[in-house]
Amino acid sequence: MRPVIITFLLLTLATVGVLGFRGRVNENRPLMLVPDMDFQPRYNPQSESVFFGDGRTMRTPPPGTIAFGGNDYFSDSGRPRLDPDFAQLDDRFYRGKSGKDFIAKAPIEIDLKVLKRGRERFNINCSPCHGRVGDGKGIVTQYGLVGVPSYHDDRLRKITDGEIFHVITNGKGLMSPYQYQIKPADRWAIVAYVRALQLSQNATLADVPEERRGEVKP
Amino acid sequence: MASPFNRTTNLWVARVLVSVPLASILGVVGLYYYAVPEYTRVGYQPTQPVAFSHKLHAGELGFSCVYCHSHVEESPQSNVPPTQTCMNCHQAVKGTSPLLAQVRESWASGEPIAWNRVHMTPDYVYFNHSIHVRRGVGCVSCHGKVNEMEVVRHDQPLSMSWCLSCHREPEKALRPLAEATNLDWLPPKGETQESIGKRIKTDSGINAPQQCSGCHR
Repeated sequence: MRPVIITFLLLTLATVGVLGFRGRVNENRPLMLVPDMDFQPRYNPQSESVFFGDGRTMRTPPPGTIAFGGNDYFSDSGRPRLDPDFAQLDDRFYRGKSGKDFIAKAPIEIDLKVLKRGRERFNINCSPCHGRVGDGKGIVTQYGLVGVPSYHDDRLRKITDGEIFHVITNGKGLMSPYQYQIKPADRWAIVAYVRALQLSQNATLADVPEERRGEVKP
Repeated sequence: MASPFNRTTNLWVARVLVSVPLASILGVVGLYYYAVPEYTRVGYQPTQPVAFSHKLHAGELGFSCVYCHSHVEESPQSNVPPTQTCMNCHQAVKGTSPLLAQVRESWASGEPIAWNRVHMTPDYVYFNHSIHVRRGVGCVSCHGKVNEMEVVRHDQPLSMSWCLSCHREPEKALRPLAEATNLDWLPPKGETQESIGKRIKTDSGINAPQQCSGCHR
């Protein structure tokens, strides 16, 4: 009986020796043991295409066309909007302009919900360079990025909402355009939050409601 | 007449009687241990074309996951960022580093970087990132502590039973919405994951589908 036991022991040891344990770090593509329809003849987002010459499944819109659907067609609830502006004709909303001039005030209604959304989006997209309070001292400035302005000087306190929107959309100097990462409505929410930051860093006791002034510590 | 069996036959009968059950048991145990995503998938860590460190960017620098994976809250697919997103910073930061040569090349030519995919669901699974992130399932629940990984590693099995275990008891994974992308979040003092999870489940009316068509359409 001994040879049988020894054979099984060796087989087990050899299997564990070759295959290792669960969770081992490895570079081999996961083995598909039953690959039935795991890979279907269809294109997934960001996958490689054998059909298109540039190898991309996701196509860029042909010149002179307008994207139909997507963020402007669906509101946040996922239901189609009644008045989708596919062509983005609304200059005030999509470009922050009225004629040639930047508009002074954001073309959206600003309430606490918008400000909170703005804070969230600001902290995600802007704070790495501009800092959480907009002082231009975000973490990236410790890695060699120079020239990030503080929001808290006279020039930036005085520029219009439309111009802030324009800079987020198209970038300025070393700052890249953020129109690909942030939707227009969120850009306006960020504008509103930037205004709130400017107020918060340049406030006097008179700005605090009278009944709550006792809570302010010098 | 001589017997067709000799004395050693008895030994062979005993050997077979032991071997067959032993082989069956070991075979089943082996399959159960190895032929499952816990073994085949977990730990998969392909070398990427660019030595991008999640540990540095998402960990030490504290970037939100959403800075790069910008559509994860709205799209079924959590996008791999375009080269543009890298260049937002790397035009100015480490602009000449040889580690970023391929990023600059991609930026100049317009050819995307061919990142290796780590996590994958089969094509018959319709997983939607946005609904999970927007209902309070954190990134960490499925992807592990990416902010501590130099190179991203497959952390969870992503098997069907694993998906279902959470769909049956979502309270074990739910967290406040604002903490969905915070990989280091822990329940505050005096609360447990379950107590918070149960509250979120009730408040948001979470009813994770367990029927087939929830995920297979």
